[in-house]
Amino acid sequence: MKRLFAILFPLLIIIVFLYIMKNYIPFCVDRMVVAKHYLTEGLPETGSTNIVTSIVVLYRGFDTLGEVTVLFLAALGFGAILEGAKKKTKEIVASPIVRISTRYLFPFIIMFGVYIFLHGHLTPGGGFPGGVIIAAGILLMYLAYKDFRIDHTKFKITESLAGIIFVGIGLVGLAIYGSFLANFLPEGLPRQIFSAGIIPLIYIAIGFKVGSELGGLVGEGLEDKE
Amino acid sequence: MIFYIGSGLLIGIGLYGMLYKRNLIKIIIGLDFIETGVNILIISLCYVKGGTAPIFSLPSLKPSQMVDPLPQALVLTAIVIGVAVLAMALSIVVRIYDKRKTMDISKLKRLKW
Repeated sequence: MKRLFAILFPLLIIIVFLYIMKNYIPFCVDRMVVAKHYLTEGLPETGSTNIVTSIVVLYRGFDTLGEVTVLFLAALGFGAILEGAKKKTKEIVASPIVRISTRYLFPFIIMFGVYIFLHGHLTPGGGFPGGVIIAAGILLMYLAYKDFRIDHTKFKITESLAGIIFVGIGLVGLAIYGSFLANFLPEGLPRQIFSAGIIPLIYIAIGFKVGSELGGLVGEGLEDKE
Repeated sequence: MIFYIGSGLLIGIGLYGMLYKRNLIKIIIGLDFIETGVNILIISLCYVKGGTAPIFSLPSLKPSQMVDPLPQALVLTAIVIGVAVLAMALSIVVRIYDKRKTMDISKLKRLKW
């Protein structure tokens, strides 16, 4: 009975949803209003080749600051909730293939993450995916080597500094142009690495912040506490 | 249209998981299914016929050939918030399992009234 209800209720919702979508909200229709401005003026105004990046970092920079804050609070809450939790230490030894390939792959994973967040204004990617790739490299090291430990103090210092740099860049814009996160550097030529004003600087700060935050979170979850 | 069907199916599967499953981990997986479905729906709502990604990687690209960049930026935010929610929920599940030695939501009597 419960199972029947649990199957029928989502089915009803799917049918109503598809009926509404088919009749009132057709696919492949141009619905841009404010996005027209971003597409036509975004490249001259910000110098960023990637329009999504210019929206995330400049036009809606407050959103990104809030997003970084939410991620920081989640990492903080994760640590606070798991504080003092009992850890079951099961001995799982990684195979030699994993260990040796990890040793050679780890620098390249870090390099790829740095590449992703340095080129956030030119190619798909940016600070958040780059930081997650770096954290994934740290997770791989934890899985391969049982006695691998990160220095949590240094990670926390990196994270705090990156957050301060993000807010500091915004405050410099406030001091020069009178609006928070204003672009105070020259736009430069499109499709060059030194372009788009403050976008690469902010994405470097976000990349360091997310990488150290999620790396510390991985370490917090996997390390055995006495 | 296939994107609408896919996102509807993902939302339906997630709802089924959240309504019927008893295991806390499976309920959280259902929540994540719903989130993915909603993200795909928002992205597919603003697809323009024949449009390409909103990146001026070639000088010959015109703004009229591109899809709407705004929902992509919003979904980028939503994905990060989703990861944060997932981490918090899973850490709470770890604590509950530590204390009660069960992940079955019907055995957590103190949640009921």
